[in-house]
Amino acid sequence: MSDTPDFAGQLLRFAEELRDEGLAVGTSELLDSFAALEEVSWTSREDMREALATTLAKSQEDRRVFDLLFERFFFRAAEAEALDHDVREDGGIDPNGAQLIDMDALRAQIAAAVREGNEGAMRDLARMAIAAFGRQGEGSGVIGVDVQRIRRALGLRAEPQTDLPPDDPRSEGLPRENIREFEAHLRRELERATIERTRKLPPSRPLNELDRALPSGPLADLAQVHRIVTQLKRRLATQGHEQRGRKRHAHVDVRRTMRASLQTGGVPIVIKTKPRRPRRPEILVLTDVSTSVTSASVFFLSVLHALHDAFRKLRSFVFIERISEVTDIFERERNFKAVSERIGRDAGVADISGYTDYGRVWEEFLALIEDDLHPRATVIVLGDARTNGREPRADLFARVAEKAGRTFWLNPEPRLYWNYGDSVIAAYERHCEAFECWTTSQLEDFVKALTRPVPGAAP
Amino acid sequence: MPVEPASVAEVAEGLRGTGYLPGESTALVSFLAAKLGKPVLVEGPAGVGKTELAKALSRYLERRLVRLQCYEGLDEAKALYEWNYRKQLLRIQTEQAGAGWDAVQDDIFSADFLLQRPLMEAIASEDPVVLLIDEIDKTDQEFEAMLLELLSDFQISIPELGRIDARTQPVVILTSNNSRELTEALKRRCLYLWLDYPELDLELEIVRLHSPELDETVARKLVEVIHQIRALDLKKPPSIAESIDWARALLLLGARDIDADTFRETMSIIVKHRTDLDTVAERIGVKLGGLADVGHA
Repeated sequence: MSDTPDFAGQLLRFAEELRDEGLAVGTSELLDSFAALEEVSWTSREDMREALATTLAKSQEDRRVFDLLFERFFFRAAEAEALDHDVREDGGIDPNGAQLIDMDALRAQIAAAVREGNEGAMRDLARMAIAAFGRQGEGSGVIGVDVQRIRRALGLRAEPQTDLPPDDPRSEGLPRENIREFEAHLRRELERATIERTRKLPPSRPLNELDRALPSGPLADLAQVHRIVTQLKRRLATQGHEQRGRKRHAHVDVRRTMRASLQTGGVPIVIKTKPRRPRRPEILVLTDVSTSVTSASVFFLSVLHALHDAFRKLRSFVFIERISEVTDIFERERNFKAVSERIGRDAGVADISGYTDYGRVWEEFLALIEDDLHPRATVIVLGDARTNGREPRADLFARVAEKAGRTFWLNPEPRLYWNYGDSVIAAYERHCEAFECWTTSQLEDFVKALTRPVPGAAP
Repeated sequence: MPVEPASVAEVAEGLRGTGYLPGESTALVSFLAAKLGKPVLVEGPAGVGKTELAKALSRYLERRLVRLQCYEGLDEAKALYEWNYRKQLLRIQTEQAGAGWDAVQDDIFSADFLLQRPLMEAIASEDPVVLLIDEIDKTDQEFEAMLLELLSDFQISIPELGRIDARTQPVVILTSNNSRELTEALKRRCLYLWLDYPELDLELEIVRLHSPELDETVARKLVEVIHQIRALDLKKPPSIAESIDWARALLLLGARDIDADTFRETMSIIVKHRTDLDTVAERIGVKLGGLADVGHA
C-alpha cells in the first residue's frame, strides 16, 4: 500500500521539511518509517501520525516540531488539492452580513464552546468570530497579531473576570488549553481565508522559534537569563570606563600621604591619591506587559528580575496603557514567581483596554524621570512597538534617548514582522539601537553587541 | 508460548489485561516494537510508568523480563559478561601436569567460564525475553556506544570467543529520565516514545483499576486534585505512582470525601518537597474549602 510512488514521494517531501527544521532524519529513519507504516492501518490518521512520529522524531522537542509540521504539511496538501479542484468551503459569512451578528450573543456562545472544549463548535465559531471581529482582510497583515486581537475582542482569558455577571462562562476564567485550541482554529481559518482570497498557497515559511520552543517553565530559563545578565553587567561596567577615559587630576588622600611621609622623616615625597571608585552605571528598564507580548513578557520579567540581582542602581517600570514603577516590588521580593504575581495583581498598571499606548507612556516616563536622566544612564526598553494605531510620539522618545547615555530597544518579534501592520519600531529605531530578542541566545547576542564601540560616543 | 500480537488494538487490549492502561501512542509503539524488532526508547517525567510498561509487556507477551538497572560507572563487566577468574584458576590448578598450554588455554576461555550479565543473558536466552535497560541516561556515553552493537544487530563480540548472536529476538525497552541528552547514534536505532502524565480520564481509570474499592466520586476528586497540583510549578509534581499510593491510603483511612482536613493529613504522600508542601497547602488546601480551620496549620 505504502509503496505507491505518490505516497512515498509525499513522505519524502515531508521528511525534507522535517530536515529543514533541523530534525535529524536519515535514510535509516525513513526506512524505519516505511516499515512502520506497513504495520499500521494507514487510513487512520492518528495511527499514521504516531507511527511516523515514533520513527522520525526522537526527542520531546522534535516531537513538538513534528506535530506542528505534520499539521501544516497535510493541511497544505489538502488545500492544494482543493485549489486544484476549485472547491470552496461554504458556510462562511459574507462580510456585509457581519453587522447582523449579535455580538454579545456570539461572545457568550464562543465562551461556552471554549469552556466545554467543544471541537466542532469552536471551529464553526472561529469563522463567525473572524467575520465579526476580523475586519475582513484589513487586519494587521500578521496572522498571529490578528488572532490575538480577536481573542481580546472576545474577552477570552484564563484568569477569572469578576466584573462579569456570574452566569457568564467567562467569569470563572476559561481553561488555558481550550483557549489555545480556539486560537489554533482562528489561525487556520485565517490562513484558509487568505488562501481562498489570493487563490494560491503562500510559500511555506520555516517555523519561527517561538512556535517550536517548548513551553518551558520560566523558572527553567531563569538561571540562564541570570547568567547572561551577569555578563551584561560586566560589559556595561567596563564600557563606562572606556568612555570616561583617564581623568587628569586625582584627589590626594591626605591621611595616607601623611602616613607614607613618616618613612621620609615627614617630607611627603610620595603622594598617595584616593582610589578611584568605579561608578555604577545607572539603568532604567521599561517593560511592555500588554497582551500582544504575553508570551514574551514572562521572559522580559525574568530579564528584569536578573537585572535587579546584578545592578543596585536600577529602576524598572512596566507599562501597558500607562506606566508604573515596580522597582520596589523587585527590591523587596526575591522570589521570581511572587514578583510576577504581584506585578500581575497590583503593579497599578492601568490596563483599561489592554492596548499599549506608547505616546502616553513616553509622556509619563519623561514626567517621572526627566530630571534624573544623565549621560551615564542607560535606558532599555522591552516591547514590540505595536501602537495599535495610536500616536507613536517618537519625538518624546527622542528626548529620552538624547538625555540618556545609551538607549536600547529589545523587540520580542522576529525582525521579519517589524514595521508590519501597526509596528512602528522604525520610528524609534532612529533614536536607539534595536535588537530582536525573545530567547536567551538572542539576549546573549545583545550583550555581545554592547561591547561594540558606540558610534559617535563622546571622547 | 510467547504471544505474537497481530494488531494495535490487540496490544492495547493485552496490556489492559495485565493491569497497564496504555495511551494510544504507547500501544502503537509497543506493537511496532514487537513487529519490527526495534528497541524502544521511552522518555518522560519520573513516575509515569516507563518501567511499568516493560513489565506489562513481559506479562502480556509471556516473556521473561531481564532487567539492567543503569547507574554511573556501570561497565561491561557488570552489564555484558565477565570471565569467571576463580573457576579458571581452579581449572588450571586441577589440570594434570601433562596437558599442554594450548589445550588449557582453549579450555578456560569457553562458554563454561563465562559469567553472564543481563545483556548477555537476554540475547543468549532460549526463549525470547523482554529486555529492560532502565535509566540509560545515568550511564556514561561510552556505555551507550557499547550498546549500539547489541541494539542494532542483537549480537555481542567477545574477543576470546568471537561473536555471539542472539538466538531469539528480544523486545528491548530503554528508559530515560532525560537527565542528559542521549547520543544521536543510540536514538537512530530506537523507536521513540514520549510518555507524559495521562489525561484526566485515563488516570481516573488507572486509579480505579488499582484500587477498585475506592468510591468513584472520591477517585474522581482525587485525580482532579492531582491534576491541579501538577499545574502548579513544583519541584517534583506527583506522578501516577503517587496518585495510586494516595488512593490506597485514602482507602485504608476509609475516607468518604477529600476535604481540607483529609488533604492536609495525607498530603505528604503525593508531595515530597518541603517547599512544595507549602505551595500545595496554600493553593489547593484552601480551594478544597473545608470551611474548618484551614490556613492555621
